[in-house]
Amino acid sequence: MLELQNISFHADDKDILKDINLKIDDKFVAITGPNGSGKSTLLKIIMGIITPTSGKILFDGQDITDLAVNERANLGISFAFQQPVRFKGLKVKDLLGIAAGEGVDVTKDCKYLSAVGLCAKDYLNREINDTLSGGEMKRIEIAMAAARGGKLSLFDEPEAGIDLWSFQSLIKVFENLRRVTNGNIMIISHQERILEIADKIIYLKDGVVDRYDESAKIMSDLNMGRYGCGCAYSRKEGACNG
Amino acid sequence: MDDLEKRMLKEVAELDSLPVGAFNIRSNGASEARNSTANIQIESRESGDGINVYFKDGTKNESCHIPVIISKSGHKECVYNDFFVGENCDVVIVAGCGISNCGGHDSQHDGIHTFHIGKNSKVKYVEKHYGEGTGTGKKFMNPTTVVHLSEGATMDMDTSQIAGINDTYRITKADLGPGASLVMHDKILTNFDQTAKAEIVVELNGDGSSCDIISRGVAKGESQQDVVIDIAGNSACHGHAECDSIIMDKGVIVATPKLKATCVDASLIHEAAIGKIAGEQIIKLMTLGLSEQEAEQKIIEGFLR
Ligand SMILES: Nc1ncnc2c1ncn2[C@@H]1O[C@H](COP(=O)(O)OP(=O)(O)OP(=O)(O)O)[C@@H](O)[C@H]1O
Ligand SMILES: [Mg+2]
Repeated sequence: MLELQNISFHADDKDILKDINLKIDDKFVAITGPNGSGKSTLLKIIMGIITPTSGKILFDGQDITDLAVNERANLGISFAFQQPVRFKGLKVKDLLGIAAGEGVDVTKDCKYLSAVGLCAKDYLNREINDTLSGGEMKRIEIAMAAARGGKLSLFDEPEAGIDLWSFQSLIKVFENLRRVTNGNIMIISHQERILEIADKIIYLKDGVVDRYDESAKIMSDLNMGRYGCGCAYSRKEGACNG
Repeated sequence: MDDLEKRMLKEVAELDSLPVGAFNIRSNGASEARNSTANIQIESRESGDGINVYFKDGTKNESCHIPVIISKSGHKECVYNDFFVGENCDVVIVAGCGISNCGGHDSQHDGIHTFHIGKNSKVKYVEKHYGEGTGTGKKFMNPTTVVHLSEGATMDMDTSQIAGINDTYRITKADLGPGASLVMHDKILTNFDQTAKAEIVVELNGDGSSCDIISRGVAKGESQQDVVIDIAGNSACHGHAECDSIIMDKGVIVATPKLKATCVDASLIHEAAIGKIAGEQIIKLMTLGLSEQEAEQKIIEGFLR
């Protein structure tokens, strides 16, 4: 489905990603690793937001390395930002409408919003400006990705900043997305419970793929404390109660 | 009314047909249609250069539309409209001017609107300015709005100039009595070599008075905007102004805040920001499938909503 060939990213005299080679076919792949290891950069390169210094990206066999963000979006790739973008004047319903590609449809918008624990009545007409709280922004960001559907949904730490409003709901959003679109999901997360349900985990460290394996294998290694940094991995040290 | 005039009417007053309530439709310098109601009386001024509109005390949930259309190339006018709103009213006034100039002569509308708003009355005022036309003749619009708010009166103004005016000088002046409040949303979009000057002057004279002025501007092409917001706090009052602008291409915006407090209990705030569209906003909309141009357009559309 997705293939990264020799992807490197160099900025500010630093090698942020170093010769990444990955072949991804599994439906649910989680990316994890310490802060600053290059996870967001990698996901942005897949979306086309960042242009890699070198390397090639193939999506369903097609070379998309030179495609613009919207061209990739129209091929079915979507992206939920780690830090959602705010707009003055644009409303939740406007963005959901653009995301779904079919204008405003209250019934559907209601479905997307309630899936992330928000009541459409209270939120559809809210401006996506700085009056929305961080957690509300994150939930709307996820709702937009769900509205977009598509073949490959990319999520950058969707659970961050969200209370345990029911973690189950978030998982349900992913499961639903998987069922409805039959698409693939790649998700950056530090959350053990998300890592656990992934088919595979990519463990990034200092800009290289340190591990890429089935979730169960990596999880058991993480729990054994082999990876003593990050969040879920420092459980043994008691730094995280995840 | 011909099709062109009907379309302009829709553009500036969102009217498909004659409105309900009181109205006066002015077209190329003459009153084309007029209606007074039991509570709202519209009269021509003796000098013949505009109208006086009288709202009886206690007029509630009524509206008054006074759109102006200029479709004759070269027509220039200066119009005075005075509004006398009694006490305890709750009314909507919709003004607006559309100039369609397909000829070679300059057209111009200078409208001076003065509002006398009685005690505890509430007025919602909507004003839209719009120009179009392929001719070489220019379109000028110079609106002046003067608002006198008595004790406890409120005015909620929504003013905009979205397209097609070559040059404008917009003046808004308000003075507020005790407990009065003014909310103003002003929007300007300029493009090509258009110029716009806006001056908003508010005097908070009565204790407990307040104003909230939100000005949004977008300057595209090589257009220029000059916005001055000037608030004087002469009492125990709250004044807030927010001047937010986006520049594109070679647009130029000058935003000048001016606050003056003559009373220790006056609290005045002015926020101003100018910049291009945030790159991350464009990228976000591109991840939703819009092209860069479509994304910019959406962002501006929202910003000026
Ligand atoms: N354009 C850039 N210029 C310089 N340094 C950059 C640039 N983009 C990213 N970096 C650096 O590259 C590293 C990887 O950043 P990235 O955001 O991908 O990390 P991450 O793994 O997502 O971290 P986190 O878990 O904190 O979200 C960081 O050290 C960051 O400071
Ligand atoms: Mg990150």
